[in-house]
Amino acid sequence: MSDKASFKILRGTKQEVKFEQYETPVSEGMVVLDAVHQIQAEQAPDLACRWNCKAGKCGSCSAEINGIPRLMCMTRLADLPLHKPVSVEPIKAFPLIKDLATDVSWNFHVKKKIKPFKPRPPDTADGTWRIWQEDIDRVQEFRKCIECFLCQDVCHVLREHQKHDEFIGPRFLVHVAGLEMHPLDTEDRLEELKKAYGIGFCNITKCCTTVCPEEIAITDNAIIPLKERVVDQFYDPLAMLLRKLKK
Amino acid sequence: MVDYQKFEYDVLVIGAGGAGLRAAIEASAGGASVGMICKCLLGKAHTVMAEGGIAAALGNVDDRDNWKVHFSDTMRGGQYVNNWRMAEIHAKEAPERVRELEAWGAVFDRTKDGRILQRNFGGHKYPRLVHVGDRTGLEMLRTLQDYGIHQGIEVHMECTVIRLLKDSDGSRVCGVVVYDREKGRFQVFQSKAVILATGGIGQAYEITSNSWDCTGDGHSLAYEAGAELIDMEFIQFHPTGMVWPPSVKGILVTEGVRGEGGILLNSEGRRFMFDEIPDNYKHQTADNPEEGWRYTQGDKEARRPPELLTRDHTARCIVREIKEGRGSPHGGVYLDIAWIKEKIANSEEHIKRKLPSMYHQFKQLAGIDITKEPMEVGPTTHYIMGGIHVDADSQMSNVPGLFACGECAAGINGANRLGGNSLSDLLVLGKRAGEYAAKFAGENSLDGLDEAQIEAAAEMALEPFGRNDDPQKGAENPYSIQSDLQKLMQHNVGIVRKEGEMQHALEELERLGERAGRVHVAGNREFNPGWHTALDLTHLLTISEAIARSALDRKESRGAHFREDFPEKNTDFGQCNHITVKGPDGKMRVHSKPIQEMPEELKAVIKEMG
Repeated sequence: MSDKASFKILRGTKQEVKFEQYETPVSEGMVVLDAVHQIQAEQAPDLACRWNCKAGKCGSCSAEINGIPRLMCMTRLADLPLHKPVSVEPIKAFPLIKDLATDVSWNFHVKKKIKPFKPRPPDTADGTWRIWQEDIDRVQEFRKCIECFLCQDVCHVLREHQKHDEFIGPRFLVHVAGLEMHPLDTEDRLEELKKAYGIGFCNITKCCTTVCPEEIAITDNAIIPLKERVVDQFYDPLAMLLRKLKK
Repeated sequence: MVDYQKFEYDVLVIGAGGAGLRAAIEASAGGASVGMICKCLLGKAHTVMAEGGIAAALGNVDDRDNWKVHFSDTMRGGQYVNNWRMAEIHAKEAPERVRELEAWGAVFDRTKDGRILQRNFGGHKYPRLVHVGDRTGLEMLRTLQDYGIHQGIEVHMECTVIRLLKDSDGSRVCGVVVYDREKGRFQVFQSKAVILATGGIGQAYEITSNSWDCTGDGHSLAYEAGAELIDMEFIQFHPTGMVWPPSVKGILVTEGVRGEGGILLNSEGRRFMFDEIPDNYKHQTADNPEEGWRYTQGDKEARRPPELLTRDHTARCIVREIKEGRGSPHGGVYLDIAWIKEKIANSEEHIKRKLPSMYHQFKQLAGIDITKEPMEVGPTTHYIMGGIHVDADSQMSNVPGLFACGECAAGINGANRLGGNSLSDLLVLGKRAGEYAAKFAGENSLDGLDEAQIEAAAEMALEPFGRNDDPQKGAENPYSIQSDLQKLMQHNVGIVRKEGEMQHALEELERLGERAGRVHVAGNREFNPGWHTALDLTHLLTISEAIARSALDRKESRGAHFREDFPEKNTDFGQCNHITVKGPDGKMRVHSKPIQEMPEELKAVIKEMG
């Protein structure tokens, strides 16, 4: 590995952005976040970026590195071509605040609108439930989500088409799947999935699955089964007929 | 006049980790209007990093477990300088707090009969840690977050408290001054009660498992407001942090690896943990590898392997091996879980299922497959047992209206915390803090704000922008001071301590304080990490001084505090806590305070448990 590497970091606010180039020493095992920190400490003290755990567990340091949405703390320089500058940009599906920090508050508003967990009454007198491990393996996969919002970033419904008012995005479809498939949950969110959550906008291009740092099979395990439930509920001709007859 | 936006709440919670969220939920349930301030985005707090589990004596895996065993384990682990009342409350209430999490949607790993599964951990006599693989903290934080957002709590994200406000006669806390990260504007929150839940101090050290935000804000804000800090010398160095590559040094490797059968080896391939077993744990510890293995696999007749001795002891054994030249190539020792392939078929799958984040972490950051080869590990600054002195039942400090819970509060852990007790502590005592703060708010009215205090806080915060910016004329960069402070504390007030080094640290801290007075911040107030680092320095300097002074005064070795010049325990010191306060002259004072005698019934419990 060379001793120094160059980084092209997108800097600025909503009003004006431009790439600034920095050179910084590289040491063994270094990740992109280390480089950003070094640049911050030595050359650009007001360079804005978010980070917390630096171990891929909090999902704060999402960025686009050489155009690919990734966590800066889990991207090793050794895995990047260093003969040319490494470009580091903020995620694009949300408004820019400054440099690498974006306004992700929309995500927090969306989550609040999703119907919360509603458990069935406890199974036993001591107020507890009996749940089998095989019944929660899938839900546990969804609950690995660290809310880095990289899936939201690459989802073309949000990124290109800006359907933030009609579609909750892959992160929250995973969240809904985690609730819907929770063995204790009794709430019904199918009507919302179809309308307010806009699941129909997803045309399963699987971009979200590709970028998920937790390797959650977002499309196959969360979105498609939810789509099937919506179809069963609202578009199954036999079920529709039965419903009509009942009326 | 300083410009600020104003908010009013009955109860204001500072910090949105596990403790803050649990407190906020309870305060809201108690009828209070609740505001919550967090330095980061919601759900990013350091609680997500907790891996191993929540300690609660549910007795699901071993029905011999109950609150009495948990209480005795906690006291033994803390070397009996714990607040026994807190340890009692904690052991009694933890199971209920865990069951509550399940009712709020948490999905814990299960036993074969469908109940909550529990795992072994250091210092716990029976399998006690409720967990989800090795990402328990995330599960807990997300559950509290997702439940909390529907409880009418108003969350103010990316806001940093710079000062606690006192009422006109200086007795009660009545609000806080905040700056918001995005725009750098000031905000004033007026409230009847304030709960500090700001977490730890790991960023005072060079090698740490802690996030950037663990800068001891709560400790320092409380100290400035006249609250007592207690036992600041007790800092836990987790025995197993990553040591290679350099950029990941300090990142935590969960104790769960050892709970699942992982063993510690030196460069000679020797399981060195068998070489020294403390007397008070001898009867509980296996004396051969076979028995140790059987324990990790649930054999009730077997005693625990020495790898699962308390963290203070394990960390020191590792340091001994490294110092005596039996360390690994990058200055650690080996932690091996891959060896279990000798014992179980399909061990690779088993390890990946039990320790998925560890597998991931080593694979991605170090290029090591832990199912096939050993990890290199060494001690990392992890947790502070000391902190804000609070009442055991109510979690209120000596300053009326000021409550604290979670890592920034102290008492329950004594000289050393058992793994898993922090997650249960923040649930149990966080809940109590919320409950009593809401009660306090119900009995008190909003106090008037003192504009002069607000003005002074804002002025202090903005000072670094106006200072001389020429390094030739002494202008300082906040990042270099922070890094110098971290090195100073690492080398002089670390795992092994002695008087001369700590004296040196105190002198150097004074010098760093002078340098901090010359910090210049470049750029403007909008989302400026340089400015933020400059403000953090005040807290880091205060808590570092408190740690060094307290450590200097404890002339014995106990739990996580090890003095090379006083290597033994001392009965007199074992009967007191160290209190740190700001003296009337503005200088820091440390004095000792006798520990209240334990009531007979608790003494009997400890005796009964051996």
